[in-house]
Amino acid sequence: MTLKRPSGRKANEMRPIVTKVGVVPNADGSAMFGFGNTIAIAAVYGPRQLHPQHMQDPSTGILRVNYDLLSFSVSDRKKPGPSRRSQEISKVIEWALLPVLDIKEFPNTVVDVQVYIPQADASTRVAAINAAALALAHAGIPMRDLVSAVSIGKLDSDLVVDVDKEEEDFEEGEGATDFPLAKVSNSDEFTLLQLDGKIPPEKIKEALDMGVEACKEIYEAQKKALKEMMA
Amino acid sequence: MSTMDVSNLTKDFLKKMFSEGKRFDGRGLMDLNDVTIEYGVSNKAEGSARVKIGKTEVIAGVKLALGEPYPDSPDAGNLVVSGDLLPLASPRFELGPPGFLGIEIPRLVDRVVRESGMIEWEKLVIKPKEKVWTIYVDAYPLNDDGSLTDAASIACVAALRDATLPALDKEGKIDYEKKTKDKLPLAKDIIPLSFTFYKLGDKLLLHPTREEEETCDSKITFGLSMWNGKLMVNSCQKGWETTFTLDEIKQMLDILPEKYEELSKKLNKHLK
Repeated sequence: MTLKRPSGRKANEMRPIVTKVGVVPNADGSAMFGFGNTIAIAAVYGPRQLHPQHMQDPSTGILRVNYDLLSFSVSDRKKPGPSRRSQEISKVIEWALLPVLDIKEFPNTVVDVQVYIPQADASTRVAAINAAALALAHAGIPMRDLVSAVSIGKLDSDLVVDVDKEEEDFEEGEGATDFPLAKVSNSDEFTLLQLDGKIPPEKIKEALDMGVEACKEIYEAQKKALKEMMA
Repeated sequence: MSTMDVSNLTKDFLKKMFSEGKRFDGRGLMDLNDVTIEYGVSNKAEGSARVKIGKTEVIAGVKLALGEPYPDSPDAGNLVVSGDLLPLASPRFELGPPGFLGIEIPRLVDRVVRESGMIEWEKLVIKPKEKVWTIYVDAYPLNDDGSLTDAASIACVAALRDATLPALDKEGKIDYEKKTKDKLPLAKDIIPLSFTFYKLGDKLLLHPTREEEETCDSKITFGLSMWNGKLMVNSCQKGWETTFTLDEIKQMLDILPEKYEELSKKLNKHLK
């Protein structure tokens, strides 16, 4: 590979992963997950009675995710409060987590997941998913597996793993492609796929394979974090 | 048309049909529906188009305004894609602030257009760092019978290619009553198209009707365009609660090139 990543990382090298479970004592479950300078903090409250009552579903519990950047997490201050971007990301994170949850056993309840980004250096939604999956496990919500997430990038025509901000802004050749994905940790089922950029269909297949490999490492880090919390 | 969700009876029957590779309207699962484009929806808009996919109908209009460039892109014009699911188009749509679908569709269409390189951003600059054209593209369904995202993206692309710049007066303000013959600066051969696959069990289908769409468990939208003679995926987003396996994703990636060719050939004669 001729192209140098601005950070000097190898193509398949993620930034250092930092994890900690139990960072919000008030929550039923909580966790922090970091890819280098990108940090996500997640807290889970529930299952708890859902209000207003008319939103309750007697056949299942529901999952409600709220993701946002904190105002000081990016260079130009982000106006506090929900945006179209944060509402969409909250929803895709919800869809990314639901396939592993078994909340059918908790009728009329809600599981609230709150994820915030205090410091952003790209790949925030995948960091948020990793943190949220840990927080859900910490809260003891029945889960059939964990969810692990990573972003694959393409700088010109070269694939890289775990995109940072400098790479996200790469402009030469075919430019930058950002491809965040999430999967059920121990199966080949994908729960989140988003993409922006320019990438030939065949290259996406390679990117998926790269994502599968990276998610194995992330899963190990998630498992370790949960075990440390238990120790 | 009632506001009732699709009944379990219909869903079960559709499941059985899909497993045999059949659909009510006789199409195969991966067959596209008929697509038509018309122009001239509004003569007040700088460009407009009406797109039909089967019984689904979406109109889109372009309005141009002068604005400031974003600080992080001082030498580029702006694009704002929005829309609303009008209660006119379906008993399922309600007045009020946009629900998730009303946010999701414009955001998907925005990425299909933006990432393709169709718009020549730097040519929208009137005075660097100070004054640029802002392109507003708004899409509204007139009748919803499924495949709204794919219909909206064609409508927006068609409206953009239809659009002409309004005249500027001596003070540099827009005179909307005076239209010029100048087209928007668009790359001539880049036609972004979106394809949303819907999944039920292990079956995948394209261009579903409302009934089919509601029966499905998950979906994924791809935006594609040709760039320097190469077919590129510009955007992708998975939706809903069910997963896609690696094999299913690869299957979709394999079929996308022929679907893009088929649809772009069909649309080419109708696009300006």
